[in-house]
Amino acid sequence: MTPELIAAHGLTAEEYRILREILGREPTLTELGIFSVMWSEHCSYKSSRIYLKELPTQGSNILQGPGENAGVVDIGEGLVAVFKIESHNHPSFIEPYQGAATGVGGILRDIFTMGARPLALMDSLRFGPLEEPRNRYLLSGVVAGIGGYGNCIGVPTVGGETYFADCYSHNPLVNVFNLGIARRDRIFTARAAGVGNPVIYVGSKTGRDGIHGATMASESFHEGSEERRPTVQVGDPFTEKLLLEACLEIMKTDALVGIQDMGAAGLTCSTVEMAARGEVGIEIDVARVPQREEGMSSYEIMLSESQERMLLVAKEGREEEVLSLFSRWDLDAVVIGRVTEEPKLTVRDRGRVVAQIPVAALTEDAPLYRRPVSRPGWLDELGHLDLQEIPDLRDGNESLLRIVASPNIASKAWIYEQYDYLVRLNSLVLPGADAAVIRVPGTSKALAMSLDGNGRFCYLNPRQGAMLAVAEGARNVVCAGAKPLAISNCLNFGNPENPEIMWQFAEAVRGMGDACRLLGTPVTGGNVSFYNETEGNGIYPTVVIAMVGLLDDQTRVLTPWFQNDGDEIFLLGPFREELGGSEYLNLFHHLVAGQVPSIDLEMEKKVQGVCLQTHQAGWLLSAHDCAEGGLAVALAECCIGGPGEPRGARIHLEGGQRLDGVLYGETPSRLVLTTPPQRSPEIEALARHQGVPCLRLGTVGGTSLQIRVQGRKGAINLPVAEIRRAWQNGIHQYFEEQSIRDGLRGRIHG
Amino acid sequence: MKFGIVVFPGSNCDHDAYRAIREGLGEEARFLWHKDQSLGDVDCLILPGGFSYGDYLRAGAIARFSPIMGAVTEFARRGGLVLGICNGFQILLEAGLLPGAMLRNRALKFVCRFVSLRVENRNTPFTHLCRPGQILKLPVKHGEGNYFADPDTLRLLQERDLVVLRYCTPSGEITVDANPNGALKNIAGVCNEAGNVFGLMPHPENASAEILGSVDGLFIFRSIVSSLKKRSDGYQVA
Amino acid sequence: MRARVFVTLKRSVLDPQGKAIQGALETLGYPEVEEVRVGKVIEITLKDGERSAARARLEEMCRRLLANPVIEDYRVEFEAEPSGARETEPTSAKDPA
Repeated sequence: MTPELIAAHGLTAEEYRILREILGREPTLTELGIFSVMWSEHCSYKSSRIYLKELPTQGSNILQGPGENAGVVDIGEGLVAVFKIESHNHPSFIEPYQGAATGVGGILRDIFTMGARPLALMDSLRFGPLEEPRNRYLLSGVVAGIGGYGNCIGVPTVGGETYFADCYSHNPLVNVFNLGIARRDRIFTARAAGVGNPVIYVGSKTGRDGIHGATMASESFHEGSEERRPTVQVGDPFTEKLLLEACLEIMKTDALVGIQDMGAAGLTCSTVEMAARGEVGIEIDVARVPQREEGMSSYEIMLSESQERMLLVAKEGREEEVLSLFSRWDLDAVVIGRVTEEPKLTVRDRGRVVAQIPVAALTEDAPLYRRPVSRPGWLDELGHLDLQEIPDLRDGNESLLRIVASPNIASKAWIYEQYDYLVRLNSLVLPGADAAVIRVPGTSKALAMSLDGNGRFCYLNPRQGAMLAVAEGARNVVCAGAKPLAISNCLNFGNPENPEIMWQFAEAVRGMGDACRLLGTPVTGGNVSFYNETEGNGIYPTVVIAMVGLLDDQTRVLTPWFQNDGDEIFLLGPFREELGGSEYLNLFHHLVAGQVPSIDLEMEKKVQGVCLQTHQAGWLLSAHDCAEGGLAVALAECCIGGPGEPRGARIHLEGGQRLDGVLYGETPSRLVLTTPPQRSPEIEALARHQGVPCLRLGTVGGTSLQIRVQGRKGAINLPVAEIRRAWQNGIHQYFEEQSIRDGLRGRIHG
Repeated sequence: MKFGIVVFPGSNCDHDAYRAIREGLGEEARFLWHKDQSLGDVDCLILPGGFSYGDYLRAGAIARFSPIMGAVTEFARRGGLVLGICNGFQILLEAGLLPGAMLRNRALKFVCRFVSLRVENRNTPFTHLCRPGQILKLPVKHGEGNYFADPDTLRLLQERDLVVLRYCTPSGEITVDANPNGALKNIAGVCNEAGNVFGLMPHPENASAEILGSVDGLFIFRSIVSSLKKRSDGYQVA
Repeated sequence: MRARVFVTLKRSVLDPQGKAIQGALETLGYPEVEEVRVGKVIEITLKDGERSAARARLEEMCRRLLANPVIEDYRVEFEAEPSGARETEPTSAKDPA
C-alpha cells in the first residue's frame, strides 16, 4: 500500500497504522476500500459522535431513537410515525437532477426498510442568489429531480423550505425528509440474527456508479470536483416503486429477520451494520451479486452505490418464498451469503476470501475524534451592530413590496407546483403554510410536520440559532393545531478539521439539545453533513430541524390565513424590535450582523401552550408564526397566502424605537392569531393568566392591508392584490422561459 | 356497482381511486393486476394515474401492451364504461381507444395545481349529472398533459362533440392563462364516439372528500353510477 | 448487428425543448442556428441476420412501440460495420491498484 493509495482513500497515516494493527497484516485492496468508507466521516460520525450522544433521545412515546434507519414515535391506535431527514448536498452540486433524485430515493428506503409506508416527503434547500444563472440551473435541476423521483414513486412532497444566500453558491444544500406510518407491532429493524440464516440481495443490479460516494461526501470540494460526475448515481424511481411494494408485501409474512437498504457505501455498510447490530458475522460471495457491468472486481462490488437495492436476512428455509415474491415484482433476488457466529465480515469472490475484518473494527472501534474547537474571533465584530448608523425606513409601502418579493420570503409555488403534493389522498394542509398536515389513514388523527433552519442566525450565534430553529419548528406545528412530538435533524457544516467550524458544531448541538429538552421534543435521529466547503469558502452553519406534531382530530386543522371580515387579530408573545440577523438588514442594508433575537424557551413553551389551549376551546380561526420578515411580513402572508381571494386587514401598532424594528424585527415566540370578536376577551384573559403578552392588533376586512404605527410616518397601506402579485413574482420572475437556457449555460460555464 | 381498478407496475393513484370509490362514493372497488387476462364481473373500469413502467419511453406506451389490455379493449368494444385518469388517459391514447396524443407540458415542467374545468359535453355517462356549463375544481398533476391532435382529428372531435372538459378560468372563460400545460384548445378530457370511453388529465379522485378541499370529482363518479343503474334498468345512455 | 433508431417530433408539432435550446444557443453567440429539434436515439443490438429483414422488423418495432405516429417520426440506421464495432470499455472508476 503506497501512501498515495492510502491518502486517495481518505485515510490518514495514523488511521492506516491502526487499521494494520487491527488486522495484524497489510489489508487487501478490497479491505482498504471497506475501511475507507466505514471510517469515513459520513459513515462513522467520527468527529460528531461525542457531541451527538449528549442529545435527549428518550421519551414515553419514542420507540426508536438514533441508531436505526429512522426514528419511530408512537401516535396511538397501534400506529407509529417513522421519519428521518438526510442530506444529499454534494451529489446535488455535481449533478443536481440525479443528486436530488437519489437523495429522495435513499430517504424513502430508510423509511420503508422499517416496515412503514412512506406518506410524505419534504425538502430543505439552500442555493446561491438567483441572479446567477448557475444557481438557477442548480435550483431547477434539484427541484426537477425531487419531483422526478417523488412524483413517479407516488409519495407526495407536501412542504419544505428554500433559502438563498451567497455562501451556498458553491455549496447548495439538499436535505430530504420522509415520514411513513407503520403498525406498532410490525416495525422492522436492520439487524442480522440466527447463524445460518440466508443473506439475500434484492433490487437493481450493481454497477460501477457511485463508487466512493461516501468518501466524496466527506471531502471538501476543490476545482475539478465537477469532473467527478461518474461517481454520481442515477435514480430509477420505477424500480424503487416495485421494491417498495415488494418489501411491504414480504413484511406481511414472518419470513424476514432483518432488512437494511443499501445507501452510502452500499453492500459494505449494509452487511457491516446488520452484523454489528445483531452481534453476529456475515459471509457473502460477491460473485453471486447481480451485476450490470462485466468484469467488476470485489472492490467495486463492495463499494458500489448503485441505487434501489436492499439487503435482507431471512429465516432459514424460507428462501424460496422470498425469492419468488420478488420475482413476481420482476426484481432480482439472490442469496449471496449467510449469517455466521464469529462477528466478522467475510467477503469471498468465487469462494476465495478477499476480505475478512472483525465487525467491531468497522463500527464501534472506528476512529473517534475530539477535534480542537475554537470560538472564531470575527464573531465579536459581527455581533456588533450600531443601529444609529442605519437610517430608519421612510416608505412602508415600498419596503413591504420589496421584502415580500425577496426570494427568501416570496411564494415558493414555482417550486412546489413541480411536486405532486396530493397523491395518496391524505394532504390536508398544502404547501405554503407553516406546517404541512396529512391525515393518518384509518384513524381520526393527523400529523403536522415542518422543516426549519435559519443559517444566518446559526452563523451569528450557533447555539442560539439552533435553539431558534427547534423553537420555530415546534411553533409551526402548533400553528396547525398540533402538539409537537419529536424531531429529526440535519446538521450542515464546513470542515470539522477547522477548530472554528468544530466550535460552531459543538455549540449548535448543545443549543439544539437544550431546546429539545425544554420543549419536550426528543431527537429521534438525524444526519451530519460536514465538509460543505469549496476552495475554503464554507456555508453558514445550517441546522435544519424536522419537527413532527400530532393532531387528535383531523377535522380541526388550523391554517395561517385570515378567514372572515370582522375577525379580530392578535399578536401572542413578546413585542420587541430585534433586527439582528434579519432578512430586512440583509435585503435593505446588505448586512448579516448583530445579536440574533433572544429566545426565552419558557416563554416559547407558554406561547405554544396558549395557542393550543385556545384552539382546543374552539376560539381560533387562524394562527401564523412570525418568522423571516417579522410581524409585517407575517400579517401580509395571512392576507395573501391562502388558496382563496386575498383578504385585507387594518392594523394599529404601538410605537417603538424604530419603524423598521417594529415592522421587520424577527423576535421569536410570536404568533398572529385571529378569533371571532366575541372570543377576544377570553383569549386575552387566558393569555394574561398564563403570563403571555397578548396584543390586540386590529381586524380583518377590506381589500387592502393597512398598518399604522403610533407616532410614526411611513405607514403601510397597500391593496392586497398588489402585495400578492409582488410575492408571487419573487421567484417566478427568474424563470420565465429561462430554465432550459440556464441549464445549458450552467453546464457550459460551470 | 363494482369498479375495477387496473394496477400497472408504476401505477400510483390506484390506491387513491380505490379510496375515492369506497369512501367518497360508497361503492365497491377491486384491483385488477395488469397480468390478469380477464376482468371478472366489474361494471366500470378505471385506468388510474401514475407512471406505468416509469413512463420511460413515452407515458403509457409500454402499459398498453400489458396482458390485461386485450380484455380492456374488448370490454370497451362491447360498450363497457372505461375511465382513464392522467396516466390512464395516456394509456388509452397510446392504445388507440381515444383519439390524439400527449406531448410534454409546454413549460417542460411537471405541474401540480387545482384548476377550473368547464364541462363541454354533459351528454356522456361520465358527466350527465353536471349542470349546464358547470365548472369543476379538480387538481392536475402531470408532466405530459399537453393534448395534441392533428387538424382532421380535431375537426372530428369538435363535430362529434367529443371534447368533454376544457381548462378555464374560475368564471368559465377558455383562456391561455387558464391552460396549465399548453393543451390544444384547452382540452382536458375527451371521449370516444360511442361515449363509453373517457380520458381526462385532472384527478377526480383527489376531489372526493370535503376534508380534501373539493368534492367536485364525485360529479364524475356519481354520473357513472347513475348511468350504470339506468343501464341495468334497461335504458341505454350513450 | 447494431442499429440506431431516431425518434423526433413531427414537423407539425411544436417542440418547446428545441425552441429553448435554440434560444440558449443564440444567447451563447450562435445566431446562425435556424432551428433545433430534440429527439431520442434508441440503440438496439440484434442477432446477426439479413439487413433488409432486420430493417423491416425494426420499422415494425417503431410503429408498434418506439414511436407514436400521431406525434413522432422515426428513422432507422445501421452501424457501419455490423460485427466490427464492439462495446468500448467502461470508463468509470476502476480498481485503483
